[in-house]
Amino acid sequence: MPDYVATAPARPGRFRRFFSGIRLPLNDPFAIAGLIIYAVFLLTAIFAYQIAPYDPTEILYSESYDLAADLRPGEEGHILGTTSLGRDIFSQIIYGTRSALLVGSTAAVMVALIGTVVGVTAGYFGGWVETVLMRLADIAFGIPFLPFVIVLAAFLEPSIWNVVIAMALVLWRDTARVIRSQVLTLRNRGYVEAARISGSSDFRIILRHVAPNVLPMSFLYGSIAIGWAILTEASISFLGFGDPQSISWGYMLQDAFASQALSRQAYYWFVPPGVAIILVVSAGFFISRGYENILFPKLNR
Amino acid sequence: MTQAKAIISRLLQLLLVLWAVVTILFLLFRLMPGNPMAAYIDPTFTAEQQEALMAQFGLDKPLWSQYFTYLGNLLQGEMGYSFRYRTPVSERIWALLPNTLILTFSSLIVAYIFGILAGAWLAWRRGSSVEKISLTAVLTTRAMPEFWLGMVLLAVFSFWLGWFPAGGTRSPGVEYSGFWGFYTSADFLAHLALPAATLAIYSQGLPLLLMRSNMLDVMKEDFVTMARVKGLSKWTVVVKHAARNALLPVMTSFAISVGYQLQGNVVVESVFSWPGLGRELVLAVSASDYPLAQGAFLMIAVVVILMNLVADLLYAFLDPRISHA
Repeated sequence: MPDYVATAPARPGRFRRFFSGIRLPLNDPFAIAGLIIYAVFLLTAIFAYQIAPYDPTEILYSESYDLAADLRPGEEGHILGTTSLGRDIFSQIIYGTRSALLVGSTAAVMVALIGTVVGVTAGYFGGWVETVLMRLADIAFGIPFLPFVIVLAAFLEPSIWNVVIAMALVLWRDTARVIRSQVLTLRNRGYVEAARISGSSDFRIILRHVAPNVLPMSFLYGSIAIGWAILTEASISFLGFGDPQSISWGYMLQDAFASQALSRQAYYWFVPPGVAIILVVSAGFFISRGYENILFPKLNR
Repeated sequence: MTQAKAIISRLLQLLLVLWAVVTILFLLFRLMPGNPMAAYIDPTFTAEQQEALMAQFGLDKPLWSQYFTYLGNLLQGEMGYSFRYRTPVSERIWALLPNTLILTFSSLIVAYIFGILAGAWLAWRRGSSVEKISLTAVLTTRAMPEFWLGMVLLAVFSFWLGWFPAGGTRSPGVEYSGFWGFYTSADFLAHLALPAATLAIYSQGLPLLLMRSNMLDVMKEDFVTMARVKGLSKWTVVVKHAARNALLPVMTSFAISVGYQLQGNVVVESVFSWPGLGRELVLAVSASDYPLAQGAFLMIAVVVILMNLVADLLYAFLDPRISHA
């Protein structure tokens, strides 16, 4: 976007316009709670090395040189106990924020970006472009998402990015459909017509007059995608298709499940990762509810 | 006339999507690195034996030729042979489909009955603190990983309290009389309880939230105000006037939920060792049993696509204001 970037510093008002399009929902207590949870998890992820008492993959030994396996919470100074392999559960939870936030934020950006570009292109240009793009969206709706991720993960090298790739390939469909229908109503507005008649290029019209109006919707779908990505990553790791090198909450749950933590009633092992996932994902829901209230004030939920 | 035309174009769209998914699946499984026969070929085979085997499966032909063979076979319901079981994939899939469908529908029916009643009740109690707490609780259930909920239920109700069996569909040594005798036996239902409860707790959020917001919309309409002005009781207004009209969109969402549920089944079936399509897909992928993985994926995709169609048609049928164009 050379035209846009080149002139932007001279007119900071445009940047403000762009960011006011995002409009953080600060008047909704639920949304604020969600933002606070995000902030806490973000800080935890950044300072994981300082917070976590142990390396999450290190096999620990007790002072008498026994394997520090299956310790209960509090025993020998382990806040949440240890796994059957003698790894510190609390440290794993702390480090798990990293993969969760990494997967969540990149997937959200991909979904929002691809969905918005496809939706705006289809809605603005119409004709065969629209037909082709919307048939592609129909096809994406016909692909069962989780099975698709499993098949993809089985063929690719185990990595947390498989989830992001799969989401980028499939989950843009919802965003694209909604954005397209929004652009359809914008396309024939007076100010868009006026810009067109006064000789603005399509690219400029989209950037100046269309994009700012669909931006809050992109953010709504982006914030929903964060939760989806984290839940999907957890499912994939749980099924054993994740990256065994990186500690994620889904990997912890798989480890606990495979190590008979359920029959041994080791709640301290498999409850905390689930609670961590619920906190992050519901934070995303609360923020997206805040956006909904801004976007559809008539609902007033 | 336009109605018929719209339905025909929707069916054509369905065929396009089916064809595209089948093709994507073919490319995914054939273009990936590695010999698809690796799991089948014994290392002691000679080169000639390997080639003979490749020829037997048609893998020596060019890709486009394989593609048309694959399409032709699919049209006849032929999905190849499972590497592991050495039986036709279609046989295996048809044997597992009832388990998956029973799990899906039993959990969704419970979820919808609960969701609709609770949603209507929350709309009635709008603005109360009960409503705020309940809504937060509902959003929390939507944020749970389904398999984690399954793990917690399993640890509490099976391993600790011992009320339900820990997995599978049948206890060893129990005899059944035929297909229906099995699916209606107390033993099967005891096995069904925990996985179905897991899926139901996860799925009730959608009908609940939909029902509630529809109720709130409908309550603002003129005919509801009219009923209230006439002096009808709150019960009559809410149940007889508002709830009836709010119900239709919730019912159409049922078809969409079936599609989503089938995807979620993959993890929950794995937690409870439930012999269904989702667990089979996971097992087949782990064991590189590509024909079976392909077949299980395809079956799930077909149900998802059909359910999308049902939802569209129901929507148009129940609300004629929505045009097909």
